[in-house]
Amino acid sequence: MNSNGASSSATDGVRDSNPPKRNSKRPKYSKFTQQELPACKPILTPAIVITTFALIGIIFIPIGLASLSASERVVEIVDRYDLDCIPEQLRNDQLAFIQSSQTNKTCTRSVIVPRYMKSPVFIYYELDNFYQNHRRYVKSRSDKQLRSKASEQDTSTCAPESISSDGSPIVPCGLIAWSLFNDTYSFSFNNEVLMVNKKNIAWGSDKSHKFGRDVYPKNFQSGQLIGGATLNASIPLSEQEDLIVWMRTAALPTFRKLYGRIEEDLQPNQKITVVIENNYNTYSFGGKKKLVLSTTSWIGGKNDFLGVAYLTVGGLCLFLALVFILLYLFKPRTMGDPSYLSWNRNAAGYAD
Amino acid sequence: MASGRPLLIPSPKTPTSPYSQTGSDPPPHPDPPPIPLPSSSSSRRSKLPSKSQNSSGGTFSFPTELRASKRSSSSSSRQPTTAQRFPSRRSDSMTGSQRDIPDSEARFVYVNDPDRSNQPTRLPTNSIRTTKYSILTFLPRNLFEQFHRLAYIYFLVLAAMNQVPQLGVFGRETSILPLAFVLGVTAIKDGYEDFRRHRSDQTENHRSASVLSDRDFVPTRWKDIRVGQVIKVHTNDPIPCDMVLLSTSDPTGVAYIQTVNLDGESNLKTRYAKQETLKHGGVPTSGLIRCEKPNRNIYGFHANMDIDGKRVSLGPSNIVLRGCELKNTNWAIGVAVYTGRETKVMLNSSGAPSKRSRLEAHMNRETILLAVLLFLVCSIVTILGGIWLHVHRDELNDTPFYRKQDFSDREVGKYNYYGIGWEVVFTFLKSVIVFQVMIPIALYVSMELVRLGQAFFMIQDDSMRDAATHKRFQCRALNINEDLGQIKYVFSDKTGTLTENKMEFRCASVRGTDYSRTGDEDDDNGYSTIAVDEQEWKPKMRVKVDEELVQLLRSGEKTEKRERARDFVLGLAACNTIVPLVVDTEDPRVRLIDYQGESPDEQALAYAAAAYGFVLLERTSGHIVIDVLGHRQRFDVLGLHEFDSDRKRMSVIVGCPDKTVKLFVKGADSSMFGVIDKSRNLEIVRATESHLYSYSSIGLRTLVVGMRELSSSEFVEWQSAYEKANTALFGRAGLLRAVAANIETNLQLLGASGIEDKLQAGVPEAIESLRQAGIKVWVLTGDKQETAISIGYSCKLLTSDMTQIIINSHSKESCRKSLLDAIAMTTKFSASNAARNGPGDVGSSKAPLALIIDGTSLVYILETELEEEIFKVATACDVVLCCRVAPLQKAGIVALIKNRTSDMTLAIGDGANDVSMIQMADVGIGISGQEGRQAVMASDFAMGQFRFLVPLLLVHGHWNYQRMAYMILYNFYRNAVFVFCLFWYVLYTAFSLTTAVTEWSSVLYSVIYTALPTIVVGILDKDLSRKTLMKHPQLYGAGQREERYNLKMFILTMMDTIWQSAAIFFIPFLAYRHSTVDISGIGDLWTLAVVILVNLHLGMDIFRWNWVTHASIWGCIVATAICVIIIDCIPVLPGYWAIFEMMKEGLFWFCLLGIIFVALIPRFVVKAFTEYFFPSDIQVAREMEKYGSLNAATATQEVQMSSYSNSHQRIP
Repeated sequence: MNSNGASSSATDGVRDSNPPKRNSKRPKYSKFTQQELPACKPILTPAIVITTFALIGIIFIPIGLASLSASERVVEIVDRYDLDCIPEQLRNDQLAFIQSSQTNKTCTRSVIVPRYMKSPVFIYYELDNFYQNHRRYVKSRSDKQLRSKASEQDTSTCAPESISSDGSPIVPCGLIAWSLFNDTYSFSFNNEVLMVNKKNIAWGSDKSHKFGRDVYPKNFQSGQLIGGATLNASIPLSEQEDLIVWMRTAALPTFRKLYGRIEEDLQPNQKITVVIENNYNTYSFGGKKKLVLSTTSWIGGKNDFLGVAYLTVGGLCLFLALVFILLYLFKPRTMGDPSYLSWNRNAAGYAD
Repeated sequence: MASGRPLLIPSPKTPTSPYSQTGSDPPPHPDPPPIPLPSSSSSRRSKLPSKSQNSSGGTFSFPTELRASKRSSSSSSRQPTTAQRFPSRRSDSMTGSQRDIPDSEARFVYVNDPDRSNQPTRLPTNSIRTTKYSILTFLPRNLFEQFHRLAYIYFLVLAAMNQVPQLGVFGRETSILPLAFVLGVTAIKDGYEDFRRHRSDQTENHRSASVLSDRDFVPTRWKDIRVGQVIKVHTNDPIPCDMVLLSTSDPTGVAYIQTVNLDGESNLKTRYAKQETLKHGGVPTSGLIRCEKPNRNIYGFHANMDIDGKRVSLGPSNIVLRGCELKNTNWAIGVAVYTGRETKVMLNSSGAPSKRSRLEAHMNRETILLAVLLFLVCSIVTILGGIWLHVHRDELNDTPFYRKQDFSDREVGKYNYYGIGWEVVFTFLKSVIVFQVMIPIALYVSMELVRLGQAFFMIQDDSMRDAATHKRFQCRALNINEDLGQIKYVFSDKTGTLTENKMEFRCASVRGTDYSRTGDEDDDNGYSTIAVDEQEWKPKMRVKVDEELVQLLRSGEKTEKRERARDFVLGLAACNTIVPLVVDTEDPRVRLIDYQGESPDEQALAYAAAAYGFVLLERTSGHIVIDVLGHRQRFDVLGLHEFDSDRKRMSVIVGCPDKTVKLFVKGADSSMFGVIDKSRNLEIVRATESHLYSYSSIGLRTLVVGMRELSSSEFVEWQSAYEKANTALFGRAGLLRAVAANIETNLQLLGASGIEDKLQAGVPEAIESLRQAGIKVWVLTGDKQETAISIGYSCKLLTSDMTQIIINSHSKESCRKSLLDAIAMTTKFSASNAARNGPGDVGSSKAPLALIIDGTSLVYILETELEEEIFKVATACDVVLCCRVAPLQKAGIVALIKNRTSDMTLAIGDGANDVSMIQMADVGIGISGQEGRQAVMASDFAMGQFRFLVPLLLVHGHWNYQRMAYMILYNFYRNAVFVFCLFWYVLYTAFSLTTAVTEWSSVLYSVIYTALPTIVVGILDKDLSRKTLMKHPQLYGAGQREERYNLKMFILTMMDTIWQSAAIFFIPFLAYRHSTVDISGIGDLWTLAVVILVNLHLGMDIFRWNWVTHASIWGCIVATAICVIIIDCIPVLPGYWAIFEMMKEGLFWFCLLGIIFVALIPRFVVKAFTEYFFPSDIQVAREMEKYGSLNAATATQEVQMSSYSNSHQRIP
C-alpha cells in the first residue's frame, strides 16, 4: 500500500483556520489529541488492485507447483487389511473373531513397492472412523499422572478407566491409554527380515517432559474389558513410545500414527511380506485399519491438496487481475473526481 | 421577554406530578437541573413524599396545559397554565386559601436549640455521603447493578451451567474468566470513581464552620452541624447547609450570594434577613421556625417563624442554600434548617439522564439475530448428534471412544450415559456453552472504552473550544456519542444559542418619537461619570446614545415631553432587579459600576439608563439610589412585582423624592398594550406600535415601559393587599399575582426600547453547513414573530427565495384551515420540485419552503388531531420557525418529530426554558452561555457556542458513528468466525463438541487476541479528514442513511464470516486429512489463523494507518503467537510442544498463508470492485483527499464540475 503520510499530516491540519491566539490557557497543540497523527491512507487504486492480484498469482503458482511436485515425489503404499485379515469363515461374525483369545490373529500380506523408496521409509497405521477426538475420549486422561509418580493417585479425570477393581489407580489411566493400539507388523523381503526401528517415533519433548521416567505401568488392562495393548510394567512410560504416540490424540476421525521406520531403501517392484498380528478391535464400530509405508518430503506426506489449492488460487488471482484490467479499461473513472459525489452526480446527470 | 430570563424550573415532584399518575410517560417537562455532584440519587427521587393532589394548580403536565387552554372553564384547572408556569411555588393556589403548614408536614426548628430541634425524630447531621457503595456493600451492589445488562446474565447462566458435571465443557476457571474479567474491569472503574467521591465527601465533611455555642462562635466541622444551630458565615465562605438568614453585616439585612455551584448562574443574588430577626443585635437565640419538609425545589421555600410572639413568614429570599457562597457581605448569621443529605443541593444531585444510542438499539436487534443463529447452530449440532447416537446406539456400549459402560468395577455400571434423550439435551446445552461467544461479551466493554476515548478526543478538540471563555466541550452523557452522526433534525433555541445573549440597547421610542440615531463609534458618549468622593464612578459598559434624546433629557425647560422622557429613563433605571456593584479598577480614582442581574435585558436597560444620565448606584431591600443627571436621589421601593413569564411584565412601586408614588411597569408589548390606557394618546400608542414593529423587524428585542402615578387611596389599598399577600403562607405567589394584576392597569405609555442581541460568530455559516448536511434546522424561540423572522434572515435560516407559510391563528378552526392550505401548498411545491429535480434531493430543491408558526397556534395543534397535519407541513418545509413558544411547547415540538419518525433529533439551547426540549430530544446539547447552567445540567453534551455544532456533528459525529458502526459489525464478525471454526470442527468429532482450540485460547480470544485493535480503531480511525468533512457537509448523509450499519451489511458480513471460517477450517482439514496431526497441533494452527485473519481483515478496512494502529494490530498478532507458545509450554496440558512440532513442517506455513489469502480474496474483490465502480461519497472524498493535488483545479469549483463531468480522464 502506498503511503501518503507526510502530505496527509500536513494537509489535515485545520488549525490554520483559526489563527493561533497565544495565551497561557491554551494548551500546546498536540497532533495526538487533535487526531492528526501522521498516517498512511491506503486506497485501492487500479494499480494496487491489479498488482495485488498479479503478485498473489505469481507467488502462489510456483508454490503450488513446488508442493505438487514434492507430493508427487512421495511414494506411499496403503494396504487396508482389516477385512482381509479375518478368515473367510468368520467374516460374518467379525466381533467374535476379534474378541476371542482363541483365534489365530496372525495374517500375512504382501505389498509391492511401486517406486524407489529412499530410506527412511515410515510405517504408519491408519485408522478410520475412530473418533480419537470425541469429547468423552479426549478428556479421559491424566497428564499429571503420566508425568510424575507423585501424582499417581490423580485419576479423577480418567473415568471410566481410573481405578482397578481393588481401588488402586491404573497407570496410565483413562480411556486413551486403555485403548492403545496393539496390531503389530513385521516386514520381510525374500525371507530376509526388514528391521523396523521403533526408537524415536514419539516427539522428544513428550519423552523428556510429558511422560515421566519414574512412572511405571500399574494395574494396566487388568479390568474386565481389555481395550488394547498391554504394557511392560518394567519399562517407564517415557520409554513406551507406542503409548506416547497413541496419547497424542488425533485431530480427525481418520488419522495415521507412526509405527516405526525401515531404515533401508526399498527398490521398485520389491515384494514385501508383512506379517500382521491383527489384534485391535475396530470391528465393533466399523473402523478401517490400513498399513501405510511412505517416504516423506518437505511438505510432509503425500497430499496433493495444497498444491492444487495453491494453483487454483494463483490462477484465479491472475484471472481476476485480467478481469480488473479489462474493467478498468472499459469503464474508467477518475480517482477523486468530485463529480462522482452523489450531490454533484444528480446535477451532472441533469447536464447530460 | 420570555426567553431572556431564566425561568423558574419546574420540579418534577410537585404534588400533582404526572409521574406519580402515569408512571411510564416520558417526562414532558424538565427535571429540575441536576447539580453536578457525582452521585446518582434516582432512587432518592422516588422516595420523596408524594403529597395528595390538593392544590388547584391542577394537572401539571404539558398535554393538560394545552388542553386546558381550550376549555378554560374546567373547574379542576382554573388557571392551569399559570399554575404550571409556577411550579416552583408549588403549593400556591389561586384560590387564595391561606392554609398554614400542617404540623404533620412541618419541620420545627428551634433557633439555637439543636437538641430540641432534633426531637422527636433525629434529623440527619450535616455530613454528606455521595458514594454509592461502602466497603461492605460494594461487591453485591456493584454486581447487582452490572447484571442489569441482559448479556451478562446470559453469560452468568452459561458459566453456571458449565459447573454442572454433565455439561462441563470448559474448566471451572476458564468458564468464569471472561465474565469475571468484564465485571472486574467495570467494578474497578466504578470503585475508583466511588473512592474519589468518598475522598471529596471527606474534605467536604471536614471543612470548618463557626457555630454558636454559649454566645461564642466556635469552629465546628461541617459534618457535626445539626439542625437548629446558629452558624456564622464570612465573606467568600461556602455555606455549609441550608439556613434561614437571621442577620447580616448589612444593616438592612441584605446578603449577596453566588449560586454558581447550585445552578451555575454567576451573578449575585440578594437574600434578606427579616427585620424582626435583625432587631436582636445580630444573634437571636430563640425562636421557632416551622418550615416544610425537605424537598428538591431550589427556588422555593415556605416557612414561618415565631419570634418575640410575632409570626413572620419566610420565603425563598430568606434562605441561603448549601453550595452557594457569600459575597460582598462581611458576615451572615443563619440557623440551619436542612442539613446533610436533606439540603436542596444534595436532593438535586442526580446524574445526567442515561440514554441509549440508536446504534446500540439496532445492535440489540442484531444480537437477537445472532442469538437465533446460535440457536440454529446448536440445533444442527444437537440434531446431528442425536442422529449419530441413534445410528450407533448398538455399537456404543464398548466403543473405546464412547463407552456407555464402566467396566472398572465388579459390577458393570453406566458411564456418563443417561439415555439418548438426555444426551441430546446435554448436547444442546453444551453446544450453547461452546458457542457462547457468538454473542460478543467483550463488545460491551469495548464500546464503553471506545466511547470514553471518543469523548476524550471530543473534549480535547481545539476547534470546539471557546477561545473567549476557555470553555472546553463537555461530554456529559457517555453512551450516545455515535448518535451525533445520525442527526436529522436540529431544534435550536434562539436567544443565547444563535445569539450571544449579550444585550445592547439600541433604540428608544419615547412618547411616539423614535430615538434610534445613535452616535458614531468613536465619540465619547455613552459614559456618564459621576464624581463620588473625588473618585470617578462609571458604568462598566458603554452604550451608544441618541444625542437628541440626551439633549431632551438635559434640557432645562420643564415640558411634558421632557418629563415623560425622564420618567421613561427613570423607569428603565428603577424597574428592575439589578444590583449595582462598585468594583475597583487599577486606577484608584476610577471605579466601575457593575450591574449584576439575572436578566441580560435588564442589565442592558440599566446600562442604557446610566448612559442617559440615570445611574443606578445602590439597591437595598427598601430603597434605591439613582444619580439623576448629577443629583443623587433616593427612591423608596415600596413594592415589587417580579417578572414572570405569564404576565410577561414586572412592576415596581417607588416613592419618589417629590413624595409622589409611581408605578413603573415594563414588559413585553403583547402584555403591555393590554394594560395601557389607550383612550388617552391613541396616536402615541399607534406610533409606538409602528416603532415596535420596525424594531423587531430588524431583529431587536422590544420592551414597553408604562407608568402610573398612584393616588394615596390607591396606594393604601394596594399596600394593604400587598402586605396581606406577602405575609400569606400559602398561595403567596398567586395572591401577589392578583395584586399585581389589580394595580397594573390604566397605564400611561412612556415608550419602548429596542435591544439588540447579537448573533454569535459563525452562526449563518454553521446553519448553512447543517442544511447542506441534510439536517433540518428548526428554530424555536420565545420572541415575537417579526423578531424571529428577522433573526431568521440574518442567520441565513430564511432566504429571500423561500416561500413562507405563516400560521398564526387564534382558534382551532382557523388553525385547521391554514394547515390544510399549507398542505395543499406543500404538495404543489413538492410536485413541481420533483418534476424538476427528481426525488430525493431536498437540499437542491429550487423553491424551498419555510413554515413560521406561533405558540398560540401551536396550542390548538399540538396534542390534538391536527398534529398529523402540522407534521406533514413541517416535514415538507425546509425551515421551521416557531415563535412565542412556551418551554413545554418546545418539548412538544420535539416530541412531534420524535414520535412520528425514526429520525434522530437534537435540541440545543442555553436557558432553563430549553431544558424540557433538551431532555426530550435524542441528543440534548447545552450552551454554557450567559443564562446559567440549567441547560448544561440537563444536556448530554455542552459547549460554548452554536457554531461548534458543526465540527461536533459533521466531524466528530461522523467519525464516531462510522467507528462505532464498524466496530460493532467487526465484533460480530470476529466472534462469529471463531464460533463457525469451532462448529466445523464439531462436525468431525461425532458432534461431541470437542474443541481443537485450547480452552485458554478460546477464553483469551476476544479478550486479548483481538480486543485491542478494535478499540484502537474505534477510537482513532478516521475515514475522512476533518477538512474534507467540513468542506463537504453532505458527507454527513452517510450516518443519516445508516450506511455503515444496517441489516444488509450485517447479513453480508455474516456470509463473509461463513466463507472465512470455512477457509480457516477446511484448508488445514484437507491438507492434514491423512496425517499424524494431533488435536492440539491443528488447534494451534486454527487459533493463529483466525487471529491473524481477523486482524488483517480489520487492517484491510482501516482508513488511516498511524503508529498506534500498526502497534496494536501487529502487536496483537505477536501477542497471540506468544500466548499460544506459552500455553504449549505447559507440560500438564495435552498440547505440550505441539506448536513447535507443527512449525517444523512446511505444510503449517503454507496452510497459514493459504488460509489468509483464500479467506480475504472475496472481500477484497468486492471491496475493490465497489470502491472503484460504485464509489460511495466517502470513497470519492477519500480519493479527493489523496489525489486532491491532481484535481486541485476542479475540486475548487465543484459546482461547475457538472459541465465537464462527461469528459473526465483517467489518472495515468
